[in-house]
Amino acid sequence: MTVWRLAIREIRHRKLSFLMGVISVTTAVACLVGAQTLLRADRVITEHVLQVKQTEVESAIAAKEESVKQAGAELEDAMRKHMKGLGFNILIIPKEQSRSEMLLNGMTATMPESYVDKLGQSRIVTINHLLPSVSQRVQWPEHEREVILIGTRGEVPIQHRGLKKPLLEEVSAGKMVVGYEIQTELDLKVGDTVTFQKQEFTISEVHPERGSTDDVTVWINLKQAQEMLGMQNLINAILALECDCAGDRISAIRAEIEAILPGTQVIEKFSQALARAEARAKAKETAETALTQEKESSQAMLLREEQGRNQLEQQHAVFAAVLVPLVLAGSAVTIFLLALANTRQRTEEIGILCAIGLQTRQIILVFLSKAAVIGIMGGLFGIGLGYWIGWSLGGLSGNSLDWQLLFAAGDLLTTIVAAPFLALAITGIASWVPALLAAQRDPAVVLQGG
Amino acid sequence: MLLSIDGVSRTYTDSDSTVHAVDDVSLQVAAGEFVAVQGASGSGKSTLLLMAGGLLKPDSGHVQVNGQDPYCLKPDARAEFRAQNIGFVFQQFHLVPYLSVLDNILAPALAVSEPETRARARALQLIEQFGLSDRQQHVPAKLSSGERQRAAMARALLNEPKLILADEPTGNLDHNNADTLLGYLSDFATAGGAVLLVTHDDRAVACAQRVVHLQNGRIAEPVVNAVSSRR
Repeated sequence: MTVWRLAIREIRHRKLSFLMGVISVTTAVACLVGAQTLLRADRVITEHVLQVKQTEVESAIAAKEESVKQAGAELEDAMRKHMKGLGFNILIIPKEQSRSEMLLNGMTATMPESYVDKLGQSRIVTINHLLPSVSQRVQWPEHEREVILIGTRGEVPIQHRGLKKPLLEEVSAGKMVVGYEIQTELDLKVGDTVTFQKQEFTISEVHPERGSTDDVTVWINLKQAQEMLGMQNLINAILALECDCAGDRISAIRAEIEAILPGTQVIEKFSQALARAEARAKAKETAETALTQEKESSQAMLLREEQGRNQLEQQHAVFAAVLVPLVLAGSAVTIFLLALANTRQRTEEIGILCAIGLQTRQIILVFLSKAAVIGIMGGLFGIGLGYWIGWSLGGLSGNSLDWQLLFAAGDLLTTIVAAPFLALAITGIASWVPALLAAQRDPAVVLQGG
Repeated sequence: MLLSIDGVSRTYTDSDSTVHAVDDVSLQVAAGEFVAVQGASGSGKSTLLLMAGGLLKPDSGHVQVNGQDPYCLKPDARAEFRAQNIGFVFQQFHLVPYLSVLDNILAPALAVSEPETRARARALQLIEQFGLSDRQQHVPAKLSSGERQRAAMARALLNEPKLILADEPTGNLDHNNADTLLGYLSDFATAGGAVLLVTHDDRAVACAQRVVHLQNGRIAEPVVNAVSSRR
């Protein structure tokens, strides 16, 4: 015979009382574990929801970014095509060059060829692609017709920038590029040899029809042209391509070039093309603004979602913070009352056990052994029930990832591991006083029927 | 002297009255002696028995069991002392309701440091001796009154006490069962133990070697030596 055996026999004898004790502890532990599981499930779902939303937002933004990037690339390409098609749109000419004279008779004033080198070595940012040239309306005696002779040495790189692909290739010495009208009238094609003012040239390229004075131009090497025209080391103009920047470009270009080459003036050509480019730039800017707004509104939406979830979690936490202690206290009171009732029920038994010699600690142990069984069983059932309730109400999908996430933080696992000890503590504390009262009963009073 | 009661008194007091349950009683019981205390209900028999058994401290006077005053011991030591020296038999049997006959008989073994196998062997021997072999796994509710009292008697003897204190043990028994129980008590005394029996049952008195009459908490007349009809 052992105290433990005595406790087990008593449990088997008074099943209802034991069952009520177990139910009470199960309820308390289930409430605690359920609340913890539910709160943790809330967090898992919050993280899951936010992750999905974040992915959706990122995906939408990435698509928009790609679309804006595409628009930008298309714009740049279009600009390049326009400019390439239309040629240079900035003309830097000597200050004394009359514009009327230029339009009527072509270039008449000159400036040093070194100007173009000076520009190339400057920190200029408003223009690209410097092309020095001489041009003059001259007679092509061999074919008895007038042409605009243009001599160019190819583009001069702006040194503080990287090398850019030139708009126009250099015309080598002995080579000639002709405009559409010249090519048509003289029936020229690439590779033909022609004589111009007693010098032989090979046709290296023919320009397509442009409907401008370009159609009657003849392009040769700058040096050869300067010699022909008696303009050694002189040029009439520097062609350039303005940058793709916003705002009042021409004012900025003029200010910058004025500062570098004070003896020059700047003329902008082909404003229609620029208007188109600006419209596209504006469209790109609008798309970028829309993208920024999209990002901001997405972030705001995510924030709202997170705040909503946090609020829900907070409500659950507050509810749990009120409910769990109440249930724990209720459970402890129930166990206390059950233990007290059990003590009264066992008065005679306690009296006789005392009479036959059981010591106080043994009597206490009989009661606490029963409390321990109730605590352990209630704790284990409570864990299972609480976890099931928390899982069910938590709305988790039931896949293994959710299961892992549920235990990832460790606090739920701690609760589950600690729950049986908590249950033991509840039953132990609640049963202690009744056990003590039982042990202190006077056997003489009991045996006398008191 | 196995049991020596010397001038013990016990008074019960409540808000309305004071009752002198036992008043200056002295009594000795030697080993091998069967003593009956007879008296009407309320005469102080049970109080005297509880004081003799170390369960109720007298207001005055002294009790010695086997040469030791149990009330000089601390409660736990007194409990152990009781377990080793005194066996109790009550009118109401006081068996633990959820324990089998075997476990009820084994219960006093909890109070002494005896190997369980030895206690069990002794319990089985007692079960055999008291004719409860076919009832050893039954709980008290399944037993007749005689069987319950025999189980209680067996329990009282498990730790081989020197003194048995019996409080109206035949009160709930029929004639045959009462005779059987009194026979066991007589046998215990014959074997060298001491028996103090409180009763108002004349049959029980007839078994005692000596009878003490209590009246209003006092010994009413000189001790009468009696010879048990069974001896």
